[in-house]
Amino acid sequence: MLEVKEEQVAQAADGDFQAPVRWRSKDLLDTDTLTPAEIELIMETAEAMHEVRTRPVGKVATLRGATVTTLFYEQSTRTRASFEVAAKALGADVVNLTAMGSSVEKGESLIDTVRTLEAIGADVIVMRHAASGAPYLAARHTGASVINGGDGTHAHPTQALLDLFTIRRHIGSNLEGRRVVIVGDVLHSRVARSNVWTLMAAGAEVVLCGPATLLPRTLAARGERGSCTVTHDLNEAIRDADVVMALRIQKERQEKGLIPSMREYIRGYQVNASRLAQARPGALVMHPGPMNEGIEVSAEIAHGVASVIEEQVTNGVAVRMAVLYLLAAGRAA
Amino acid sequence: MSAEPFLGPAEIARSIRRLAHEIVENNRGTDGLVLVGVLTRGYPLAQRLAAAIREFEGVSVPVGRLDIGLYRDDVTQRSASLRPSAIPVDIDGKTVVLVDEVIFTGRTTRAALDALVDFGRPAKVRLAVLVDRGHRELPIRPDFVGKNIPTGLEQSVRVRLLEVDGEDAVYLHDEEVARA
Repeated sequence: MLEVKEEQVAQAADGDFQAPVRWRSKDLLDTDTLTPAEIELIMETAEAMHEVRTRPVGKVATLRGATVTTLFYEQSTRTRASFEVAAKALGADVVNLTAMGSSVEKGESLIDTVRTLEAIGADVIVMRHAASGAPYLAARHTGASVINGGDGTHAHPTQALLDLFTIRRHIGSNLEGRRVVIVGDVLHSRVARSNVWTLMAAGAEVVLCGPATLLPRTLAARGERGSCTVTHDLNEAIRDADVVMALRIQKERQEKGLIPSMREYIRGYQVNASRLAQARPGALVMHPGPMNEGIEVSAEIAHGVASVIEEQVTNGVAVRMAVLYLLAAGRAA
Repeated sequence: MSAEPFLGPAEIARSIRRLAHEIVENNRGTDGLVLVGVLTRGYPLAQRLAAAIREFEGVSVPVGRLDIGLYRDDVTQRSASLRPSAIPVDIDGKTVVLVDEVIFTGRTTRAALDALVDFGRPAKVRLAVLVDRGHRELPIRPDFVGKNIPTGLEQSVRVRLLEVDGEDAVYLHDEEVARA
């Protein structure tokens, strides 16, 4: 696998010398507003950041003097930490705020909070909120760049971008004719929603799979390139798949009656060895985390050769560095 | 490009051969020599220098590439896309020759020096350029120059290379042209 990676890096650097697209948006709120050229720009920039991270000192001073604030109204381990590491690797100052312990507890409104952060000197605000659309509201009321770090069941653009980056490093940039299965609680998944856009833009055949109660049929679509279909039969979905991405299943879903039992869910939707055997040889297994090991993915597969789950986390830093860099550079231009 | 080039393919090839000889002579051979091309056009130039050295010395000198986007001091240049740097050998204690197509203000070279130290601590760093057009803003001077072209500040120099642009030519324009 390592060889494949190096080869692709060499190709990326040697091959194209096209004039670069410029980054224009103030914010990154979802992937659905990104053009294929912008996605390509993020991917190429992330490839350069990935190289920076492999150096003995994986740090540069490019964003020296910029302040990145993480504003998290919902819990998070990897996304917040990943953004913090990414910002620091670019030399930015980082301020971390959580809803608990801040003036949010005293009833400060979201709009007041982001205005305050801007007044303090935040250039970029990375925000996670339980309400879908909250970062859009915030972005309208601040001159700072807003990055959506996950809003409700709506979007999680940097996760989708790091997933795409991870897939490209193994399969290449053209996903035409490639089958990507996203299995689990699609209905409540911001990860799935953001992924559908980027994967279709890359030409992939996306298959969304899950119990009928957790599977919104409205996501089925056919784009200029790529397509998105839905099915509740994982055995059918996984046949000849190039990528199998499992989503986190929340235990509360069972209480709401959306799944009969965890045991039932595992029987129908766990990514395990016998199912993976139906996928294409060398198929990748992914998970955005946090993973309920033994539920969404069997333990042997989660830690097996097909799994790129840890690599996703590592790549997340490079991709977030790319996004921070492009937004900050766009602000300076 | 319709205008007559200032330098054509034969002159560029001759300059590269001479630069290759000078680099080897200055280094008293090829021991410890590493060529590092500044992306975009410094990299194919470094590869050509290495090919020339291979021809007359029979030795393959390692060639690296350096993206300096993260080290620029002119923020407006920043959103140009970045590419991964790659230096195939440890540069500690080596003689690194930075290769670029044009030296102008010296700011690109300053950024390249910053980028280079993130990879290690060379014993010496030298600078080879195809064209020196003058007008330095920093105390930096090239060690190996293909061609000195005196220019006015309002003029611009464009080096086009086969690997990148489909032709070998150096153009001198009378007004500033946006650089790719």
